[in-house]
Amino acid sequence: MFNLQSWTSAIHAWMLGMMPEWAAILIECVVVALLIITLYAVFAIVLIYMERKVCAFFQCRLGPNRVGKWGLLQVFSDVFKMLQKEIINMRKSDMFLHDLAPFLVVTASMLTFACLPWNKGGHIIDFNVGLFFMVAVSSIGVVGILLAGLGSNSKYPMIGSMRAGAQLISYEISIGITMLTVVALSGTMQISEIVQQQADNGWNIVRGHVPAVIAFLIYLIAGNAECNRGPFDLPEGESELTAGYHTEYSGMHFGFFYLAEYLNLFIAAGIATTLFLGGWAPLHIAGLDGFNGVMDAIPGAVWFIGKTFFVIFLLMWERWTFPRLRIDHILSLEWKYLMPISLLNLLLMALVVVFGLGINV
Amino acid sequence: MEEKKDLQTPEVAETKKAAAAPAETPAAPEAQAKPAAAKPAVTKPAPKPELPGENEIKPRLVEPEALHDEMLRLRDEEKMDFLELITGVDWGEEGLGCVYNLWSTATGKREYVKTVTPDRENPFIPTVSDLWTIAEVYEREVLDFYGIKFLGHKDMRRIFLREDWVGYPFRKDDKPEEQNPLKMENEVLSDTTVEYNRDAEGNITETEHVVFAPEDYMVNIGPQHPSTHGVLHFRVALEGERIKKIDPKLGYIHRGIEKLNESYTYPQTLALTDRMDYLGAMQSRHALCMTIEKAANIEVSDRVQVVRTIMDELQRIDSHILFFSCLCQDMGATTAFLYGFRDREKVLDIFEETCGGRLIINYNMIGGLAADIHPNFQKRVKEFIPYMRKNIKEYYDIFINNVIARNRLIGVGNLTLEQVVSGGCTGPSGRASGWHNDVRKRQPYAAYDRVDFKEIVRTEGDSYARLLCRMDEIEQSLCIIEQLIDNIPEGPFQTKTKPIIKVPAGKYYSCVEGSRGEFGVYLESTGDKSPYRLHYRSTGLPLVWIMDAACRGELIADMMAINGTLDYVVPDIDR
Repeated sequence: MFNLQSWTSAIHAWMLGMMPEWAAILIECVVVALLIITLYAVFAIVLIYMERKVCAFFQCRLGPNRVGKWGLLQVFSDVFKMLQKEIINMRKSDMFLHDLAPFLVVTASMLTFACLPWNKGGHIIDFNVGLFFMVAVSSIGVVGILLAGLGSNSKYPMIGSMRAGAQLISYEISIGITMLTVVALSGTMQISEIVQQQADNGWNIVRGHVPAVIAFLIYLIAGNAECNRGPFDLPEGESELTAGYHTEYSGMHFGFFYLAEYLNLFIAAGIATTLFLGGWAPLHIAGLDGFNGVMDAIPGAVWFIGKTFFVIFLLMWERWTFPRLRIDHILSLEWKYLMPISLLNLLLMALVVVFGLGINV
Repeated sequence: MEEKKDLQTPEVAETKKAAAAPAETPAAPEAQAKPAAAKPAVTKPAPKPELPGENEIKPRLVEPEALHDEMLRLRDEEKMDFLELITGVDWGEEGLGCVYNLWSTATGKREYVKTVTPDRENPFIPTVSDLWTIAEVYEREVLDFYGIKFLGHKDMRRIFLREDWVGYPFRKDDKPEEQNPLKMENEVLSDTTVEYNRDAEGNITETEHVVFAPEDYMVNIGPQHPSTHGVLHFRVALEGERIKKIDPKLGYIHRGIEKLNESYTYPQTLALTDRMDYLGAMQSRHALCMTIEKAANIEVSDRVQVVRTIMDELQRIDSHILFFSCLCQDMGATTAFLYGFRDREKVLDIFEETCGGRLIINYNMIGGLAADIHPNFQKRVKEFIPYMRKNIKEYYDIFINNVIARNRLIGVGNLTLEQVVSGGCTGPSGRASGWHNDVRKRQPYAAYDRVDFKEIVRTEGDSYARLLCRMDEIEQSLCIIEQLIDNIPEGPFQTKTKPIIKVPAGKYYSCVEGSRGEFGVYLESTGDKSPYRLHYRSTGLPLVWIMDAACRGELIADMMAINGTLDYVVPDIDR
């Protein structure tokens, strides 16, 4: 299996030969940050294009097909349009909070984005409580959304951000518990370790069988809710609150929310991949060595991104099928169903681990 | 000069038609049904402009003082539970007044009452809004256009025009352009309203009522909002996410169609009906043509009647599909929304082939149709029927039977039978609450008496019932079309009319079942070539008015489900 670590350490050693350590680390950090931001933008563009095409496919339409071949340049032209637009400031809004909010949302999703394990040795932020860190930084996004509603000093954003607050905080509980389920199975919170175990012993969804499948399904529902997407898009609630918490935003400020929404989708799917579908670990079937060899030849990054896009497709399918829920239904779904089920599921997983009932491929 | 010519030609045309009429009837063998049989009796005497139209109404004059008691008696003793329409009229010398159309849903009897007040400065008429809730909005409309103040009405604000409008534009002596220069400042909506009453000495007293108190958390939904289906403005007081009160503000796209019609000739008036309820364009125009034809005794061939019926039903299917689509869109099910649009396209293609138009169709004419049906028409319609029956199952799969949709619609926006009858909510929205109000059944017109179909009535009265009602009506409409499409009788598609159509003096009323309720036309003529007063019974106005009752205590998200299922069209409210 290709290990990115050999490259990164080689580069590090080469740089140390030319400059003091602090300068090397500084330059590396800047380069990595630029890399993340570029990846972030590229994935946003890919996702927006994918969403348009997938949604068109579900809706018996063609989707974008005029700008460039198969509409490939449509998203680029949309981004340029967005960049050119004026950022309008409302007279009676709280200017500081209003302008701060989109940056908080984007920062939160970029930090979470940096936690994803791209390849063996290809993770950017990785330490012993990685999963905990990921949950913590992803919650900053809620603050951004609440500030957007408060800072706009307008009624639709206010209602939208209150809904978002109630919804996001509720669904984080389910997300946290399903993550704990995986932690119980893996015995570690370090993301690279979780993936490495899956590469060695089989994907968690197989290893943890029943409780892992339940946790995976709950994670998909709650993750979708965390992204404000699909049937859970009521903080935006287009037909009710025009655009919800970002009603009063224009230009690139709105663009940040839009960007963060799509990247959060990628992150939610990426976490699902990491925790349940083996991250960068290739598909192995016990006993078929030739097949496993071929699978190993495919780079880990391709595996990770491929699996993530599969999960994204599932989430898009969900989004383009269901009507929107209502705020009380959304909360009762979380507090009355998902949370108790995931708590019981955690218990079940603990039993599976304690009695060694997991499957090791 | 021209006038004289006009007077000459009609006679020629009349006699020609009288001669042609008997020859026409045998040409259509299957058409021995009632309308064709009944009509020759009317056609026989050659010069007959004096004959009363079969839809002429003779309102009984009631003095304003006795009006309320009389209306109360009619409602309670004669069981006139349905106030169809209040039409304000400026009778010049006689004064200002109203015509009330009453219809008993129990006995099917109709009653017309008229009241006049000679005082043009300060006209007062007692309200009937305590007897029928729908009178609240009808009376405000009369106030807006004629300046008649209704004693005892709780909310005497203007409803369509700006609150700072000067004058009452529908009065014959009003000069709206002179009194109302273009205003560049915003309209300030008042939060209080006034009630007029007459005290024991006969003096008028004013009481002030509060619409929104300063502590109410008031949100504007509209005039630009994705879910109001047009330029409609709801002022909504919220308690958290719960709705405390809704105050609709109408008139953002009011074009004064009724006033315009007073200066148009009869054929010209037709053009504007399609611009009111664009999803009921066929039926609205059918109603107006029917009113004028019946009033002026213009006979319509059987072929026209059948084609009109088919077109009305196609329009109904079109409207109900769009209803489904928009409801899905309001509730966030975008895919289902496009499923509806995919199928509606087929109906519009059929329209386009025969009529040339898709939304503004301009097909019905006085005395017939603008053009005969396209040679492909029957084939296309016959292809459409099984196609639609197959696709309607998809609607159930993707949306109607979906658990989220059911949770959001069942038990939401309940309307009781009393509420819909008193609120005049005709059409599927009323039928979902158990009110048998289908005009096609109660007072068959065109070819509806020769087809077999069910009136869809449910009893739940919630949003889900309204949705199912319309879905079942699509099926019934397909049934009607199926029965008629192979039996379109031969005959002319247009009866020769006089070059200038004049309606004998009198008052006329006809109604049809529009896509979203009873669409009626009140026509008052002085024998001239243009109407003296033409008033439409809007199908959507009562539905907007019932929003307040239906939404109280529900969540904002429910408001979208409720206004989606009530299914009004704004240009029809703001005529």
